Amino acid sequence: MPVEIPVDSVGLVTPQTVTFSAPLELECGRCLPGYTLAYETYGTLNAQRSNAILLCHALSGDHHAAGYHSMNDRKPGWWEHLLGPRKAMDTERFFFVCANFIGSCKGSTGPASTNPETGAPWGLDFPMVTVRDWVKTQAELADYLGIEQWAAVVGGSLGGMQVMQWSMDYPERLRHAVVIAAAPKLTAQNIAFNEVCRQAIMTDPEFYNGRYYAHNTKPRRGLSLARMIGHITYLSDNAMRTKFGRDTRGGKAFSFGFDVDFEVESYLRYQGSSFVERFDANSYLYITKALDYFDPASTWGGNLAEAFASTRANFLVISFSSDWRFSPERSREIVQALYTCNRDVSYAEIEAEHGHDSFLMPIPQYVAVLGTYLGRVAEEVGA
Amino acid sequence: MTLRKDLAIIADWIAPRSRILDLGCGEGELLAYLRAEKGVQGYGVEIEEARVVAAIRRGIPVIQQDLDQGLRNFADQSVDTVVLSLTLQATTYPRELLLEMLRVGREVIVTFPNMGHWHARWQLGICGRMPMTDVLPHTWYDTPNIHLCTIRDFESLCHDNGIAVHQRVVLNDLRRETWRNRLLPNLFGEVALYRCALMVR
Repeated sequence: MPVEIPVDSVGLVTPQTVTFSAPLELECGRCLPGYTLAYETYGTLNAQRSNAILLCHALSGDHHAAGYHSMNDRKPGWWEHLLGPRKAMDTERFFFVCANFIGSCKGSTGPASTNPETGAPWGLDFPMVTVRDWVKTQAELADYLGIEQWAAVVGGSLGGMQVMQWSMDYPERLRHAVVIAAAPKLTAQNIAFNEVCRQAIMTDPEFYNGRYYAHNTKPRRGLSLARMIGHITYLSDNAMRTKFGRDTRGGKAFSFGFDVDFEVESYLRYQGSSFVERFDANSYLYITKALDYFDPASTWGGNLAEAFASTRANFLVISFSSDWRFSPERSREIVQALYTCNRDVSYAEIEAEHGHDSFLMPIPQYVAVLGTYLGRVAEEVGA
Repeated sequence: MTLRKDLAIIADWIAPRSRILDLGCGEGELLAYLRAEKGVQGYGVEIEEARVVAAIRRGIPVIQQDLDQGLRNFADQSVDTVVLSLTLQATTYPRELLLEMLRVGREVIVTFPNMGHWHARWQLGICGRMPMTDVLPHTWYDTPNIHLCTIRDFESLCHDNGIAVHQRVVLNDLRRETWRNRLLPNLFGEVALYRCALMVR
């Protein structure tokens, strides 16, 4: 719990929800009979409504991007390091909106929500949702908030994919697109990791084909394993070596058994078990599938430049040197496609140790690039 | 908005509303000028972190990239002009880079410090020391300039690689064009500016 809230934090924030009762046509062909979005906002919308920035979160993220919900919170929102008064994403200049996407489990409609037809949780009957569907719901949220055009849409990892989709689906509704630690589509290796995670969940005896809610249990082991695997891929080899090395827990001698010996084992087990408390296993399945399916170039014969041809936004693309899950090479593919179709694009490759998770960290060069770019945006929109 | 003399000459050579790449763009002063004054669409390429940020501050699209890794990400003939201003001498593969530039752009503009300048010759030939001038202010042991050449060297490289020189301007140490520079460019020129394209075969 924060004894007192740091002065550079947005402070206490209250999540909000909005329910859209009209049916939502999904990319998979099915229809969601209305849905709820949980979201948070930071900063103040100006009179011209020109200073709004949409933030898109990643796999295990949510709408709580910065600040604290109460004085009892142990941790602030996931982008606290970069989002706040006078930070790279400056809440004194911009009005930020972050919504939990559907299919997740943090307040927006997802597989753990009640299916109005049965009165029971959706489970695996929940329709498959895609990045495109998320963007559509975010556009409805923009309408609801009276925001015709975002000054920028910003996102990291899976959030960066939403940013790209925004620029393609609603070219007139954003001035700038900031794509951080993302990729234009997943590689076979990436899909493979996701599949192992899904198998871990679905083969857990407590999974009950996604209907574990009715059995008053959850696939703890599976979800925890999935998180452990994911976590390894978000860190770099070097970051793990620096953080844990081969240190044994409490400096003890080997147990010559299968209990925790090494610090890294203890860390992963902790990450896994704490994740189980805050995340729904079915949501994990749905969101990893949305990641796998994302490939905007596929409708253009695999030509990413053609997929970007209809966009109007200016782009900033950022990657991190030690990120092997979404490597700099993947970001360069995005930059190359934008160059080919004549978009204004800037690209920064940040030297960073923390692997994929770098996009959450206050790395000075990253802060400088993002802050400077958004400073230009602020001047442009009169924020 | 006023530009340094060598950059002003480059700016004069670039057609209005054309599309350009400025390799080693620094803080983006040339591109900022060209975008504002000539409606040019352009990208800077820069490796140094602080300069990338400075270019972004000017509102210049800048791509952080190491020129020694080549220009593979830029398609054949995808811009009108590729500019390489006072950077050639700091690259690992100057010949390959020059040919890459001619693949990406219809025309290239290359500028470099001339090692044939009398002052450099004096320092090496008479004093027996590696030259240090105001365009090359580094000591031999910590200079980024690893591939220095003279005007004659550069022209022979062009000749050997089927590169046609369309225009050349040579400036003295005060960044001026004088009769002496025109008469004996390799002796009195401190900065050489070239406008080149591939020879039509």
